[in-house]
Amino acid sequence: MSPAAPGVVTFVMDGKDVSARADQTVLAVAREHNVAIPTLCALEGLSTVGACRLCLVEIAGSPKLQPACVLKATEGLNVSTRSERLDKYRKMIVELLLSERNHVCSVCVSNGHCDLQSLAQSLGIDHVRFPYLYPSFAVDASHARFTLDHNRCVLCTRCVRVCDEVEGAHTWDVMGRGIRSQVITGLKQPWGESESCTTCGKCVQVCPTGALSEKGKSVAEMRKRRDFLPYLTQMREEHA
Amino acid sequence: MSKVRLATVWMDGCSGCHMSFLDMDERILEIADKVDLVYSPLVDIKTFPESVDVTIVEGAVSNEDDLKKAKMIRARTKILVALGDCAVTSNVPAMRNQFGTEGVLARAYLENAQINPHVPNKVIPPLLPQARPLHEFVPVDVFVPGCPPSADDIFSVVADLLAGRTPDLHGRGRFG
Ligand code: SF4
Ligand code: FES
Repeated sequence: MSPAAPGVVTFVMDGKDVSARADQTVLAVAREHNVAIPTLCALEGLSTVGACRLCLVEIAGSPKLQPACVLKATEGLNVSTRSERLDKYRKMIVELLLSERNHVCSVCVSNGHCDLQSLAQSLGIDHVRFPYLYPSFAVDASHARFTLDHNRCVLCTRCVRVCDEVEGAHTWDVMGRGIRSQVITGLKQPWGESESCTTCGKCVQVCPTGALSEKGKSVAEMRKRRDFLPYLTQMREEHA
Repeated sequence: MSKVRLATVWMDGCSGCHMSFLDMDERILEIADKVDLVYSPLVDIKTFPESVDVTIVEGAVSNEDDLKKAKMIRARTKILVALGDCAVTSNVPAMRNQFGTEGVLARAYLENAQINPHVPNKVIPPLLPQARPLHEFVPVDVFVPGCPPSADDIFSVVADLLAGRTPDLHGRGRFG
């Protein structure tokens, strides 16, 4: 048997041998092989932060779970993308997200087109076992074209990253700690008063929930358009 | 074969779940053949009976009467079903939770009242501090999310229960 070509690794995923480029993540390889790993914070074209932990996978010989969106494919790795333990944690994560804010799917602009809602559905979550917090969060409708509803934010930071990395404006950031964290525009100014916002709308399109939406959209009308992101990323890579 | 004793209860919800139940067209006859509807807003029985096989609850637990009923129903029911997002998550009724009962009552009965503004304190049961899902108060056996759940989902759950099977929505059930 000849040694693997440079930069190519072979590892085991769910009991099957797969090969990958050494710079690929386990998530990317899984997607190439049509292995579904749930994700929320990860989005192709943005940097990875490993924040939501939904994509955790098991590694043989290690007690620690690793996020597939960050984990690099390495020679000899043996990962499982599905198990009872993973299922348990994934459900728990989504239930906690649902309990931490006021998602109220039935009256959301993104009802039927929401990543959080469809994650709950695909994980078979039919109720939330944790007590709902029903926190008091504001809606910022000061921007001429867009609305920010903190009640529906899952703190994935997709908006922060797309604004910084793709638009180059860095209008968005996160303030506070833990459960009190909140996305902000500028130095926590009303969004409409932000001088750095270019009104490009990229944040709205990448937001997985109804937290960011276009004004004028009613219940269930907000469909996000994310096709621009892989295109821009590809253009930049090709012309780098 | 003896008939299954079925009850349906309407708490803090818009009755949309009951409407969706009725929306299952001729399949409702199939169900009607197999059940005794012993209590429901759809029939004229005033008291909740002592023993019920299946009780379907629509709506959140929102006032003291809901809470009393929830406990009584649980004690008298074999299989308790939370039907729809209000029962399962508290949904729209919970949108008042962040304002407190005083704020909500003042908004409804004082600020928006043109004639004789006053907060009612007789007959109407007092609000609980928050509207919350049924399972936070009593154990629930079956959850059917959706606002409202589709007639197909309701039929499949009820048909399963009547046949003695554990209901399985096969991933169809969804919040919202
Ligand atoms: S506003 Fe949307 S994109 Fe930004 S952190 Fe919240 S959920 Fe994520
Ligand atoms: S998708 Fe990997 S941690 Fe969020």
